[in-house]
Amino acid sequence: MTTNPFDADRPPELPRRKKRGDPSQAGGQNGGRRRRDESMMVPDVTFDSYYGRHIVKPAPWEKEVAAYLFLGGIAAGSALLGAGGAARGLPALRRMGRIVAVAGAALGGAALAKDLGRPSRALNMMRTVKLTSPMSVGSWILTAFGTFAGGALASEVARPMLEKRGGASGSAGTAITLATKALNVVDPPLTVGSAFFAPPLAAYTAVLLADTATPTWHESYRELPFVFVSSANLAAAGMALVTVPSSQNGPARKLAAVSAVSELVAFERMQDKLGPLLSEPLRTGKAGRLLKASRALTVGGALGAVTLGHNRVAAALSGAALMAASVCTRFGVFEAGMVSAIDPKYTVEPQRERLEKRRAAGIVDDSITTAR
Amino acid sequence: MGFWRNQLSGPTNPAADAAWDRHEPRKGFFTDTSICIGCKACEVACKEWNGVPEDGLDLLNQSYDNTGALGASTWRHVAFVEQSSDRIQQARESGRKLVSLGMPTVRSGDEPALAGGGNGGGGTATATLTAPGEVRQGAAAGPGPTDTALPDVRWLMASDVCKHCTHAACLDVCPTGSLFRTEFGTVVVQDDVCNGCGYCVAACPFGVIERRRGDEGHEKGHQSHGITIKGAGTETGAGGDTGRHANPPSYASSNGEVKNVGIAQKCTLCYDRLGAGQTPACAQACPTTSIKFGDLDELHATARARVAELHELGYPEARLYGVDERDGVGGTGSTFLLLDEPEVYGLPPDPKVTTADLPDMFKKAGLAGLTMLAMAAASFVGRRK
Repeated sequence: MTTNPFDADRPPELPRRKKRGDPSQAGGQNGGRRRRDESMMVPDVTFDSYYGRHIVKPAPWEKEVAAYLFLGGIAAGSALLGAGGAARGLPALRRMGRIVAVAGAALGGAALAKDLGRPSRALNMMRTVKLTSPMSVGSWILTAFGTFAGGALASEVARPMLEKRGGASGSAGTAITLATKALNVVDPPLTVGSAFFAPPLAAYTAVLLADTATPTWHESYRELPFVFVSSANLAAAGMALVTVPSSQNGPARKLAAVSAVSELVAFERMQDKLGPLLSEPLRTGKAGRLLKASRALTVGGALGAVTLGHNRVAAALSGAALMAASVCTRFGVFEAGMVSAIDPKYTVEPQRERLEKRRAAGIVDDSITTAR
Repeated sequence: MGFWRNQLSGPTNPAADAAWDRHEPRKGFFTDTSICIGCKACEVACKEWNGVPEDGLDLLNQSYDNTGALGASTWRHVAFVEQSSDRIQQARESGRKLVSLGMPTVRSGDEPALAGGGNGGGGTATATLTAPGEVRQGAAAGPGPTDTALPDVRWLMASDVCKHCTHAACLDVCPTGSLFRTEFGTVVVQDDVCNGCGYCVAACPFGVIERRRGDEGHEKGHQSHGITIKGAGTETGAGGDTGRHANPPSYASSNGEVKNVGIAQKCTLCYDRLGAGQTPACAQACPTTSIKFGDLDELHATARARVAELHELGYPEARLYGVDERDGVGGTGSTFLLLDEPEVYGLPPDPKVTTADLPDMFKKAGLAGLTMLAMAAASFVGRRK
């Protein structure tokens, strides 16, 4: 070793241990664990990860985005209920559907803009149409939906105003008659348009989450759209049960029942397909609690809607439960994704597993790590 | 149809796919971590040239790594990993397994080749490898299952950077078109277009790109070192932190403002320098030529020659990362020579560009949409008033 004047100042060398740790611990889940003894120059470390740091970054999205998942969903479901109400002559349902569709889309859009790093540049979303970006596709879906739903709501607002002034005479009278005629012409296409863009609006948010490197979101891409559209229907049915008199809430009650079943089934399938590791964030922690609450509220709300929906109070309570269930689903899935991005084990272990599986099957030419 | 194949995955020429009519050879990095000395000159040069703000002055208790990870204000990150002999043994075994995949060549024995390995057993070896001649006698020692001359300690250092993937998820998912493919096949953010939606952050399979916060520290982002940052929330960091970090960085004293707050940022492979025929700042600054810059074809050849040389010298743990264009991201523009499994360095072991599954995702979403429509329609069927 070197000898220099400062050697005397060095701390005494500690004897090195020859055998280190139990290799079987090397598979530790969180990796990067260190022994406490600071004087050891090389601590016993298991390096399945780099100091336990995440590999993929969690989306820098706040609760606004989770709220948008709910708001976009309830807007879409309500537009469908409103269109159905218009078609079947249920005015209260139609009115509620149109109002909630616009309110949900507007609030949702505002939430999205607020979550941007540069809200002042929100309109840059309209710079281009990009099919590889679900967010670009979604921006256009939301815009189209908002346009039609807004038009339908305008028609809803204009009609009683025109009818009130229907008795006017002279040129004002002919103008009002013409306007009423025009309204009769544009109202159906507006309604159809909002109903046409409603399912894409409810479904694309699942693609939005799935088209990321966030493990639990990405790997759930086959079932997540079904969970989300069911949740959207549930929320809209819930809103209708709260706001529409029981004489007109029949469709909402049916929708609640159907959507509850389909959501529970889709969610179970999703957990199954994800496997024990990647579904862990959905079952544990804050997300686990939210999703458990969601299931209880879904079952309770749907049962209440079906059995006691003719009672105004019971219908409203069931409806509130269903909306709460949808909120819990959205925030739960959102949170679970964040958890899965932050802990490197959700990134590393499934990737190693699929790599090993491919290698075992004799596919050795598609690995990012190569020996030559 | 030929054009559409391999637009989302598989081997392709990204610059040609992006419709560049200028034909530049694809540029990239080859970071040979076996000769990295952990000086962090690349980090500094990158910050200097690109005007990247300081993002935290903390001791992270991660060996000599006080930078943490790649991010909005860290475009080069030197990883430090300290390993003991049994971990090195594992690395060698995994490397040997990798070599034996596909081709039954390469000797099974590994040799006492690390610089300090034969040095009385107590020598501390770094990952810096010695010249070929010095270890030849070791290479001739023939096969031996577990070698006794493993060093007690080794220190891995690796300068990480944006991979400039062939199929870049960040670019694919960017809704504004802010991220674009350059004529050199690299991926660059236009900071005057980005609106900070953050989608690229979640999409990157390597966790490279990030939205700049302006008040960022390492862990919670609330350590702003006594700087008042305009346009970055209320965080002033005027508390106890001021005492600890007494000298604010120069940009703060000049105008107190961090540029591009709220905007996604990452390595540009020094697009401005490339345009002028220059080498990127990090590669230019690297004193050991660990970071090599050049045409990707040539870098691949260099990388393959280097890993073969290391195997020959008795380092079965040496392996390449990102060289194969059939991998999940279609090969990367930044390639690496690693001495252990990628996850040890904080790299994903089998990354896959998320948009490879996008057609299937949209199909599933379409089905789900129809299901939604059907459910709604069904609930209006039947007589009920």
